[in-house]
Amino acid sequence: MSGSWNTKTVVELSAALTKNECTSLELTENALAEIEAAQPTLNAFISIDGDGARQTARTMDALRKNGQAGTLTGVPIAHKDIFMTEGLRTTCSSKMLFDYVAPYDAHIVTLLKDAGTVLVGKTAMDEFAMGGSTETSYFGVVKNPWHTDYVPGGSSGGSAAAVAARLIPAATGSDTGGSIRQPAAFTGICGIKPTYGICSRYGMVAFASSLDQAGVFARTAEDCALVLAAISGHDPRDSTSLNRPRENYARDLALPLKGLRIGLAKEYFDDGVETSVRAAVEAALDDMRKLGAITVPLSLPNIAFSVPVYYVLAPAEASSNLSRFDGVRYGYRAQKYTDLLDMYKKTRAEGFGTEVKRRILIGTYVLSHGYYDAYYLKAQKVRRLVADDFQKAFTQCDILAGPTVPTTAPRLGEQIDDPIKMYLNDIFTIGANLAGLPAMSIPCGFNSNGLPIGLQLQGNYFSEARLLNVAHQFQQATDWHTKAPKQGIS
Amino acid sequence: MELSEADLRRIAHLARLELGDADLLALHRTLTSIFNMIDDLSRPNTDDIAPMAHAQPITLPLRDDVVNEPNTVEHRNHYQRGAPAVEKGLFLVPKVIE
Repeated sequence: MSGSWNTKTVVELSAALTKNECTSLELTENALAEIEAAQPTLNAFISIDGDGARQTARTMDALRKNGQAGTLTGVPIAHKDIFMTEGLRTTCSSKMLFDYVAPYDAHIVTLLKDAGTVLVGKTAMDEFAMGGSTETSYFGVVKNPWHTDYVPGGSSGGSAAAVAARLIPAATGSDTGGSIRQPAAFTGICGIKPTYGICSRYGMVAFASSLDQAGVFARTAEDCALVLAAISGHDPRDSTSLNRPRENYARDLALPLKGLRIGLAKEYFDDGVETSVRAAVEAALDDMRKLGAITVPLSLPNIAFSVPVYYVLAPAEASSNLSRFDGVRYGYRAQKYTDLLDMYKKTRAEGFGTEVKRRILIGTYVLSHGYYDAYYLKAQKVRRLVADDFQKAFTQCDILAGPTVPTTAPRLGEQIDDPIKMYLNDIFTIGANLAGLPAMSIPCGFNSNGLPIGLQLQGNYFSEARLLNVAHQFQQATDWHTKAPKQGIS
Repeated sequence: MELSEADLRRIAHLARLELGDADLLALHRTLTSIFNMIDDLSRPNTDDIAPMAHAQPITLPLRDDVVNEPNTVEHRNHYQRGAPAVEKGLFLVPKVIE
């Protein structure tokens, strides 16, 4: 069987480990070999921890022998390089942190360690999670495994590419405006962002604190449910972590969809949506109707404002969060400077990339004296209008469905010099971050170039189990989630 | 909205970012188009709408005012390992007082 483990899901690997059909060390060696082989083409990883992974795998095999294994014990995974890992560098894909080794683990890193997963490496991302293509990474662009002339999306593009290329069965990501769902859509896999506050942000490098939320990439809804359950739960070290009992997100997977009310907001089906994307989403909705769901037309009248709201609030929070990178306490420091102020300015000019500087400047401006009310306060008010639209919608439907992104993946370099065009890719995903709602993307087809298309499901607060149920039932009736790019099959 | 070059130099200083003339020109062009997009926010009526700072209606939790991190030299050294310049447990910066 060796050599084909990489095509298996988390659930399949867990079953194989339980039945002693393989060891964690074999799975880990397999994953490491696949990652090494794909790295020159995809560049999905920034750090690969072969020795650490082998050591963990041996420990997990011993635990299993002693009858102490859980569902995830021995399963190889990767973390987006935004999550702190003690002893293994955390770069956030920035020159600013190019050799930074964190002194502690992020909360979700600890939780996945405790669950017995084997960390094989850290995946590439847009610098400080700012971008939608993984082209702003200091460590080079990541390629889409379906077609290497195209981007994998971003900001969690390395995690998405690694899972899509069957290098690993699951990976973590973070989603501030769509950074899990958009790359999941562009690479034909599943990605879920839970309700804000479900996953602790402790040890996740902060971009926009009121929007940032950790989540999961995997190839099936069932796998997403298992890994999400492992990384959720209250953590007193994050003041926004919600104090709720932990949930079994797989509990409702088997529920039939009969009677499910799917809201179709007309704004998600406007002229800006590519024909192939619209056709694939319509076909997926037909499949769900066949499973007993009914569709309800409705409107989210303020959703078009979500992009300008986001590009005030996220940069404002980022300009504050990134002020800590000053060349004093951690990371890069400029070599030549005349005094303290000059050291700050040169360090930040040399350490940050163009997109990060752009957002810091926007944020500084909208928070500056005389502009605060016109931009920041106004954006916070429109944020409420957007959130209220969702609450009205959920009185008429159980979930919302539509395209995750209006287009398929753009070509490498196509949008990097046109930030507005890139920002508008997030038009369907930002709303869930502004409102703090759970949302996921699942594969639902391909365009004529063979590039994947994503279906976004959004639910009300704490409806993760329902979203995963709908996704799972769809995946029982269709096979889009089983399609693999040629790149990943060795 | 028209962002002037002087505005840009001012906010770059506030943000502690050194910008060369070439950077300034490129940023000026993209930031102007971004602020034109942001200006759409003036359209919706937000009279009587309370600003939304947070996704959940929660108040910040308070913990007991007790030390919960050990304060030892080993811990300090561990936390300072990622710093560019450290001596005797202190972060080194250029001299600020002559």
